[in-house]
Amino acid sequence: MPIVLRCHRGLGPAVEGTALVADDNFSARYDLDRKTGVFSRPAHKLFGESYVDKILVLKTAKGGVASAWMLREMQQLKITPLALVFNTVNPILAQGAAFGDLTMVDRFVDGDITTLIKTGDKVRIEPDEGVLTILDE
Amino acid sequence: MRLTEEEEAMRAGAFGPVRRWAIEHQIAVGQFFDAEDLVPVGQAHIMADTEATGPSGVAFLEEMAKKPEAERRVRIPTITDPRGVDFDAYRRLKQTDDMASLEERLIMAFEALGVLMTNTCINYQTILPPVRGEHLAFGDTGVVIYSNSVLGARTNFEGGPSALSAGLTGRTPRYAYHLEQNRVGTRHFALEHQPASLSDWGALGGIVGRATNSYWEVPVVSNCVRAPNSDELKHFGAALASFGSVALFHMPGVTPEAPTLSDAFHGGPIPSAEAITQSDFETFYEGYAARGDKVDVVVFSAPQLSLLELEQVASHLDGKRVHRDTTLLAVTSPEIKFAADRMGLTARIEASGALLLSGVCFYQSYAREMAEANGWKRLMSNSAKLVNIIGGYGYKPTLASMEACVASAVAGRVL
Repeated sequence: MPIVLRCHRGLGPAVEGTALVADDNFSARYDLDRKTGVFSRPAHKLFGESYVDKILVLKTAKGGVASAWMLREMQQLKITPLALVFNTVNPILAQGAAFGDLTMVDRFVDGDITTLIKTGDKVRIEPDEGVLTILDE
Repeated sequence: MRLTEEEEAMRAGAFGPVRRWAIEHQIAVGQFFDAEDLVPVGQAHIMADTEATGPSGVAFLEEMAKKPEAERRVRIPTITDPRGVDFDAYRRLKQTDDMASLEERLIMAFEALGVLMTNTCINYQTILPPVRGEHLAFGDTGVVIYSNSVLGARTNFEGGPSALSAGLTGRTPRYAYHLEQNRVGTRHFALEHQPASLSDWGALGGIVGRATNSYWEVPVVSNCVRAPNSDELKHFGAALASFGSVALFHMPGVTPEAPTLSDAFHGGPIPSAEAITQSDFETFYEGYAARGDKVDVVVFSAPQLSLLELEQVASHLDGKRVHRDTTLLAVTSPEIKFAADRMGLTARIEASGALLLSGVCFYQSYAREMAEANGWKRLMSNSAKLVNIIGGYGYKPTLASMEACVASAVAGRVL
């Protein structure tokens, strides 16, 4: 049976895709090689993994103001995650998602989202309704 | 969100499509964070180096710059963070003409919007320091945390598009650190070891940042036995923001919203203190240690150096020569570069073979491409913020005091 998780109203269009999950944080400037589409900071738990077209599920967004520009650039080059899902997000990522029209949700009522979703899960996000659904295989 | 008549008109397009875009962006962000309205702001500060904007961001700004002057010009003083290319030095650093020409296009677009190209992340030391209670829309996390914490101003992290929107509308969504109730301390750290050097202050920011690790937490650091100076708090704040995404801290007896420890927590219960010991500092440095390794590049940047820091760099370098296989870069703002030229500091620094860059910041300057073009791997810096960031660009970073960084640059290896 699909599992429905509720969150704060989000940003961007409704999407459906495959989750890539880690108990770690996110910064477009610090963590990513945006040309090849992989996590490039050696200390990151997704180091070496491709984030392209994945629904990225991480704890929070960190650091750099630059991410606000970078999400739109990533969207336009199509070397981009399909959506970003966090427990909490800092303003930069929210601003970047708004600017780049990238799907993003946070503030889940059911607890730590990085423990509720597993890598490989099929997920649907409806940001306007504040709903994330883990679909059946 | 509650909008004024003027804001409704802006949203309806009465002031043209540029301002309509700006206010719609602000409303989307404001709704995401449950802002009730927009608050007028006195200045905007835009982070927009071309490595971050990419060609698509530059094209976006150029489209805006084509609109009629009355529609496109910013309404409040709007200034810029460091850019990516120092036109006097980029060839020496093996940056490309393509990077420089993208940078030129960006500057022309910004100037058409009425933006002042200050190219600095130390505007609070060099342009117009914020005042307690003043609402602002500042980009650059180091600028935000300093303005909020040390000066008592009110700003969130505003990414480039949001800061530009604030310049165009003269407002920003009122959420997070614009609201008094969110400025209360939430974590308590007590110093059992006092930082000495600038790199120690950065390390302290890194230690507290790693422990805090959220935009929505406000760390309070107590038991600071002397008032730190502006450069020390600059390194502390920049590292705290970089490691922890933190936008506000209090230091009882030092920062304006915390005359006492109790004030830092708005008179509420004071959480028990998490001690920060000498061994925390040692462990922090050890995480970046590389004794004996060849040093490819030594960088004093992130944040840009004040005039007093440049004087210290010059004094350490006097009579010395940087090793021929090592590059030493010091980076400052255009205003401070002029002052350094006039006072002979630039000549003293560059007599050693080092290079003083202006209006850029190392990690905002195509750091990955510079590493590849110059064969740089091992980087040394006294900036904890820089060593935190630069690993993501393929460097192996080492944190040390300014003195140790200079000595290592002369020796060509990590001492």
